[in-house]
Amino acid sequence: MAGKLASEDLIAVAGGGLLHRRLFLKAGLVLATAQTATSLRAEEASPPKAEDPADPSWIHKTGLPFTGYGAPSKYEKHVVRNIGGNRTPQGDGVSWTPLEELEGIVTPSGLHFERHHDGVPEIDPAVHRLVIHGLVQRPLEFTVANLLRYPMRSRFLFIECGGNSNAGWHEEPIQRPAGAFHGLVSCAEWTGVPLSLLLNEAGVDPKASWVIAEGADAGLLNVSLPLSKLMDDAMVGLYQNGERVRPENGYPIRLIVPGWEGITNVKWLRRLHVTDAPAMTRNETAKYTELLPSGKARMFTFVMDAKSLITSPSPGQKMHGANVYEIRGLAWSGSGKISKVEVSADGGKSWAEAELQDPVMSQCFTRFRSPWAWDGKAALLKSRATDETGYVQPERDVLIKERGREGYFHYNAIVCWAVDEDGTISHVYA
Amino acid sequence: MSMLRRVAAAIVVPVVATVAIAEDAGVKAPRLGTPLSADAIAKWDRTIFADGRGLPPGKGTAKDGRVIYEQKCASCHGEHGEGGTSEELVSGPTPPSPDNPSKAIGSYWPYATTIFDFVRRSMPPAAPGSLSADETYAVTAYLLAANAIIPEGAKMDAKTLAAVRMPNRDGFIWIDIKK
Repeated sequence: MAGKLASEDLIAVAGGGLLHRRLFLKAGLVLATAQTATSLRAEEASPPKAEDPADPSWIHKTGLPFTGYGAPSKYEKHVVRNIGGNRTPQGDGVSWTPLEELEGIVTPSGLHFERHHDGVPEIDPAVHRLVIHGLVQRPLEFTVANLLRYPMRSRFLFIECGGNSNAGWHEEPIQRPAGAFHGLVSCAEWTGVPLSLLLNEAGVDPKASWVIAEGADAGLLNVSLPLSKLMDDAMVGLYQNGERVRPENGYPIRLIVPGWEGITNVKWLRRLHVTDAPAMTRNETAKYTELLPSGKARMFTFVMDAKSLITSPSPGQKMHGANVYEIRGLAWSGSGKISKVEVSADGGKSWAEAELQDPVMSQCFTRFRSPWAWDGKAALLKSRATDETGYVQPERDVLIKERGREGYFHYNAIVCWAVDEDGTISHVYA
Repeated sequence: MSMLRRVAAAIVVPVVATVAIAEDAGVKAPRLGTPLSADAIAKWDRTIFADGRGLPPGKGTAKDGRVIYEQKCASCHGEHGEGGTSEELVSGPTPPSPDNPSKAIGSYWPYATTIFDFVRRSMPPAAPGSLSADETYAVTAYLLAANAIIPEGAKMDAKTLAAVRMPNRDGFIWIDIKK
């Protein structure tokens, strides 16, 4: 394998064999030898082949018929959401996006993570209404059909559950695929009506400062949100990746609050109560607050701070011996655009800047890539995101020193994968 | 301010200024909302505020609430609120500490009105909204008494519930919006 690495281009820019980020953009010199760590599940799923690749049977017969709504290849059936353990009561739980199986920045709608507090309601859009009342001049009711007639805008946005990655607080590093650890975050193109249009139509009273948003699920999930944010960039989301919002993501309408924690993006939105104080609901007091070592707890921690992780190689995948690999990962920030992602192959002793793939958009997944000449020895891979406000993703010990271990929510520390000499990958604290 | 947190003030735009900008933008939009009458609003409005606004008429005591709790809540939250498949509800009336980081009602919840609001809208999960106002006051009273926050015989209604001061009332720091 070493012969394949012999090139004057393969000069490391950081320890452990990290190469210049633009290496893969050069004339295909090394690209042909780059291997991705492949999924063990994918390898197992491949059936023994009797087909001759040069003359397979499917080039000699008519293929399958047209379909009204397409589905992934039967050979990709392992790419599914990872549904959280058997929860009681039924309906309260999560399913995780398999981040390590996906590429680019858009999460297919059927793989967008789920967090439901009491199941997915089967809402008839002809019956559903959005009501705006409280400190407004004109309390109003909107049908879904009417909302579809308003001017819309589209934005590519990540949505991340406030509880994503919470296993990071554990004393021992959890051993699961990247998505089953960090996959309560997904990214989609959301299209909808700017909420400011509807609030202005209702005529907001100058005394108003908060809005209580309520969903139409069993349990009528409710949260309080500052009016200023809703007037600034919130949307009534009607479309997800070009089609109407999926039931498990809020059909027929979902509140979209860019960059803020998942629970504020209220699904099945039915009521906006314009008012002058938060309601202090269960989900903004007893939950989605972070207990600190001082005994005080952080509250109204709306913004999802900058975060990144390497999706390949990652636990559950396997290296194929010493060679040039492409380190691939995702970064995002609720405060704006990702300005820089650095990767390390020596546990953070040295860092190399990764290539950020265009487009880089505010409050959206950013795909990063970095060429890596792995020498076949043990390595510690990390990624570190910086956003346009200058905020830098913290090391785990720094985060825990500030927050303690009882906060549960808003874990965004640097993630470390250990690559063993035999090519296996595990999660470590280093 | 936290070293991990950029300046929150940069995110929270003053409300008045934002409203003015939105109106000045002059976006043309149809006006398709239909007016909602006061009677209609009364049917929709289920918000309960921490100061008691929105609490309905009705009343209940811990004694009545215990019966309802045992029938409808104990299977998930434990016979005495100690937790089971769902979270712990009963702890001492003491704010959390590093040695006892409990998030049960007595140690963590800052407002008693939140119990009433959440039980009324969300509990029990198989039939949310099925408890009457009296039953909801009673279950709330039971949970407050079990946490040694009110006496066993105390009657909870719109006035007395709003007056309950929870032990961890001042235990929270607002992060992304100014108080």
